[in-house]
Amino acid sequence: MLQLPIYLDNNATTPMDPRVLETMLPYFTEYFGNAASRNHPFGWKAEEAVDYAREQIAKLISATEKEIIFTSGATESNNLALKGVFEMYREKGNHIITVNIEHKAIIDTCRHLEKQGAEVTYLEPQPDGRVSVEQVEAAIKPNTILISVMYANNEIGCINPIREIGEMAHKHGILMHTDATQSIGKIPVNVLTDHIDLASFSAHKMYGPKGIGALYVRRKNPRVKVTSQLDGGGHERGMRSGTLNVTGIVGFGKACELAMHEMAEESVRLSKLRDKLETLLLQLEESYVNGSTAYRLPHVSNISFKYVEGEGLMMGVKDIAVSSGSACTSASLEPSYVLKNLGLDDELAHSSLRFGLGRFTTEEQIDFAIDHVKTAVVKLRDMSPLWEMFKEGIDLKSIEWAEH
Amino acid sequence: MAYSDKVIDHYQNPRNIGTLDKSSSNVGTGLVGAPECGDVMRLQIQVNDETGVIEDAKFKTFGCGSAIASSSLATEWLKGKTINDALTIDNMDIVEELALPPVKIHCSVLAEDAIKAAINDYRTKKGLEPIVDGKKHY
Repeated sequence: MLQLPIYLDNNATTPMDPRVLETMLPYFTEYFGNAASRNHPFGWKAEEAVDYAREQIAKLISATEKEIIFTSGATESNNLALKGVFEMYREKGNHIITVNIEHKAIIDTCRHLEKQGAEVTYLEPQPDGRVSVEQVEAAIKPNTILISVMYANNEIGCINPIREIGEMAHKHGILMHTDATQSIGKIPVNVLTDHIDLASFSAHKMYGPKGIGALYVRRKNPRVKVTSQLDGGGHERGMRSGTLNVTGIVGFGKACELAMHEMAEESVRLSKLRDKLETLLLQLEESYVNGSTAYRLPHVSNISFKYVEGEGLMMGVKDIAVSSGSACTSASLEPSYVLKNLGLDDELAHSSLRFGLGRFTTEEQIDFAIDHVKTAVVKLRDMSPLWEMFKEGIDLKSIEWAEH
Repeated sequence: MAYSDKVIDHYQNPRNIGTLDKSSSNVGTGLVGAPECGDVMRLQIQVNDETGVIEDAKFKTFGCGSAIASSSLATEWLKGKTINDALTIDNMDIVEELALPPVKIHCSVLAEDAIKAAINDYRTKKGLEPIVDGKKHY
């Protein structure tokens, strides 16, 4: 029997893999030590577990253990990367290059830094959501110290040419940061061949626990340092103080190990399911995929169903859990800035659903989701005045809508 | 966000969805909202010219569940009312009936605007002055 509702919001978070939980459990009770306690076996046991997890995590991205700095999650990692680099390299320059469809943890951190004297360039992506290496290179100034471009976008799943951008950044002697939260554990990320100096990611997006993340900080060619944003005991090579979340770290490590072994097979399975979902939903008239389909995470599909409002649609598809680009729930009535910055009309942005498949998504669930969404779209279009106008051949742009 | 049972009921079983002949002399049509704001309501009334009673009301809405429910409820309330009585429908009545949360009050405001716009369209067709609403929305 199909259990409802079906979870298709794996870009928001993922359920924890039972194998991860199992690995974590003893560290809540039996091995509860503080990894920084050097004087007794309780501490040693915890430290050993942390060291092992650090290896598992580093291995997944071809880094070394010492290059993994534990944080509370990707938001903190992004804050640490940007603020930490800005403070550490301030004398070299104050210019940062990023993209206007980055996650809020990047955009808002950049806004904060602008108040501290940083100069930030927010590049506009191409209509498919990606930036080109030429675009980034053209934005470089003599005072540029950091380029921060997300590996893959959280709303539409498009993948940036990080390897090319990283290589170019290194040629110019500029540090390269990437918010890899959506991509690590899903597609191969190699910090060496990708020329990445700093990478943010977190466990709960890859079937690990919430509340634990990491910042990869390169130690060689070049040796990168970030100014600590949390002062205290000098943990994590002085870059992030605070007692280590041992259970979280153990789970994070296990999640990375599983991802490493299962990623290749899993991404083939997921892209097949995603393509089925997408192909069948696109049979509905006036439905469009948002973002690149050529360079995209295997498990993501973002589709706009024109003339249907996203939140109303979400209510109609209550048996599946997805996200909408509509923000009718917030007082602002502003739809997704990511979709808007791709150049989508507000109307199309309001009409979008994001499907995020995951490790526990089955074909049966996808078949159900397809029918469910189709039924809801048809029903809502029957009650949409915009759909009726479209069918009558009225150009919606020719109507003078009341401002509100 | 949790919707009230009444919103869910109107969303699942919307009353009076449909289209009246907007060129007919006794049909008033109100089209309010904007696609870029994520809400467009079209509300239509069919009025008995002699009695001033609204004999039929239809709506179509592009919007969230609360917007659909607000317009569905409005059509329910309009049927059988005289135009003058219909003008007394206040958005807060809708808020109360549907238990709309604060972030959804604009949906009720839109429904009230749609009622007034439909009535004014009818009045204009009859050569009457449109009623100027003292309330300023948005």
